[in-house]
Amino acid sequence: MSVLTTPAGIATGAADALRRRPGADVAGSAFKWLLIGATVFATGFLAVLLAVMIVDGWEVLSGNLWHFLTHGFSQRSAAEAGVWQGILGSLQVALVTGLFAVPTGVATAIYLVEYAQGSRFARIVELNIRNLAGVPSIVYGLLGLAVFVQTIDGFTKGKTVIAGGMTLAAMVLPIVVITSVEALKAVPDSLREAAYGVGATKWEVLSRQVLPAALSTILTGTVLALARALGEAAPLILVGAATGFMSFGDANVLETFTGPYTALPVLIFNFARQPGADWGVNAAAASVIILVLVLAVNGLAIYLRNRFERQW
Amino acid sequence: MNPEKALMTDEPAAPDILAPSESPAHTRIDVSAVAAMAGQRADTETVFECGDINVYYGDFRALRDVTLNIAAHEVTAFIGPSGCGKTTFLRCFNRMNDLIEGARVDGAINYHGVNLYQDEVDPVEVRRRVGMVFQKPNPFPKSIYDNIAYGPRLAGVKRSALDDVVEGSLTRAALWDEVKDRLKMSAYGLSGGQQQRLCIARAIAVQPDVVLMDEPCSALDPIATGRIEELIAELKTEYTIIIVTHNMQQAARISDMTAFFSVQANEMGQRTGLLVEYAPTSLIFTNPDDPRTEAYITGRVG
Repeated sequence: MSVLTTPAGIATGAADALRRRPGADVAGSAFKWLLIGATVFATGFLAVLLAVMIVDGWEVLSGNLWHFLTHGFSQRSAAEAGVWQGILGSLQVALVTGLFAVPTGVATAIYLVEYAQGSRFARIVELNIRNLAGVPSIVYGLLGLAVFVQTIDGFTKGKTVIAGGMTLAAMVLPIVVITSVEALKAVPDSLREAAYGVGATKWEVLSRQVLPAALSTILTGTVLALARALGEAAPLILVGAATGFMSFGDANVLETFTGPYTALPVLIFNFARQPGADWGVNAAAASVIILVLVLAVNGLAIYLRNRFERQW
Repeated sequence: MNPEKALMTDEPAAPDILAPSESPAHTRIDVSAVAAMAGQRADTETVFECGDINVYYGDFRALRDVTLNIAAHEVTAFIGPSGCGKTTFLRCFNRMNDLIEGARVDGAINYHGVNLYQDEVDPVEVRRRVGMVFQKPNPFPKSIYDNIAYGPRLAGVKRSALDDVVEGSLTRAALWDEVKDRLKMSAYGLSGGQQQRLCIARAIAVQPDVVLMDEPCSALDPIATGRIEELIAELKTEYTIIIVTHNMQQAARISDMTAFFSVQANEMGQRTGLLVEYAPTSLIFTNPDDPRTEAYITGRVG
């Protein structure tokens, strides 16, 4: 390093030292390409999945879509069968799920973050709720069968949309709680202090400042949880979603909540296990429809988030 | 209005609780005498009397045995190194420490003779009378108008009177001319200095008696700082102001009384804050009693 001892040496040394050296940061470039590769794989996987389903179901989607959307299940032939009952059932189940899961979940989160904040009790409850989020859906199905279908059948009328919705509500409840907890925790304390500082009560701080600030995140998480519920088949089969031919009889829309029902994922399962290639086409087409439905719900979540988004 | 009664959640409480509690004579600082020494009006009313205040965070004692009085319509500055408990102490005056989990205040702070830390006192009412401006400007994610109107609305000010309250508060905070044409726009569009003046306007909109300021200029440039200092000088005719600052020139410029806090570590390494000296600002900065104060203000000890 003796060149650095004279000013001229420093100058030439700098010109050398500052020059970009190809291959100096191999690990960095490799890491970047690894990340790009993973991204391409993840999105490519989804694209292929979607493409395969559309191609497989194209016969129904292109030629027979209206009939497929507006008719119920039929035992006689694949061409006669439709998914109307499944779409209606799924939307009804999602509605019941939302009605039970959202108020309960958001209220739990508010209690944990704003009232029991930091207490041992809150930490234990929160940890357990996080674990519950990982419980397989089939377990919730068994819970639904034992509790919602059999124990409180006076309220649910047995194997009905209400029992199904409550089962899925139990399933998504941990997700709703966790996202709401995170949303509330993300509201900066400076906002709470500002409100307390001008003489707001706890209720006024919560209702006028904290909840509005957390609303967009809570809404997004909630809708995403409902989208997850929309795609579940296993617990619904356990709590009585029809897997074969079913009829509403002459029930009106309200009565269908306490009558036989089915759901889109259950119908797909049903189509897929029938013998014959034409049933497979139905399964693929129904899969595309459920994807569109879920994407629509997710789109709604994004719309709501942008609509209510606040910054601080 | 009688502050003793208005602060109570359930009146009437037992009269003996309401009576101004006596603190031991030797811990009292005679504010009127020192104020007279500094050539200020000697008949100043006392707003806060603090006797042997100790603040704990869980088991940790953050502040030890602080005793001082705050005079009305004066600016009282708290200075001292980081971790000396000056912000902790400031937050005792409007029971903001209640919001911190595990925080506990020992001792009595008498506000016009009423101990703020007795059970019958409603902290919400305390905060309406003792407003606060925070270190970082923290406007609500709402319009400029709604930021000011929030407190008065909670206090029950009628809709028809709100416009006047908003204009009056912004005018007193020297912000009205800059924002009068965009009251409905987000408070986040304002510069940092404007946001802090908005927070001051928000604090005075509920017509408090005292305004606490926790390093209100630490996030601001010198020009914005100068405007806030001018504002503080004007506001002290109407309000009692207690300000925490890291900037000793600022304390010297704007305050009438200065309290110097320092930290002391015990054998377990826990650092506890304590009040070293409390005197008229002119004395503290020219002829401090305590060598620790002198070392700090002359910059020999950080």
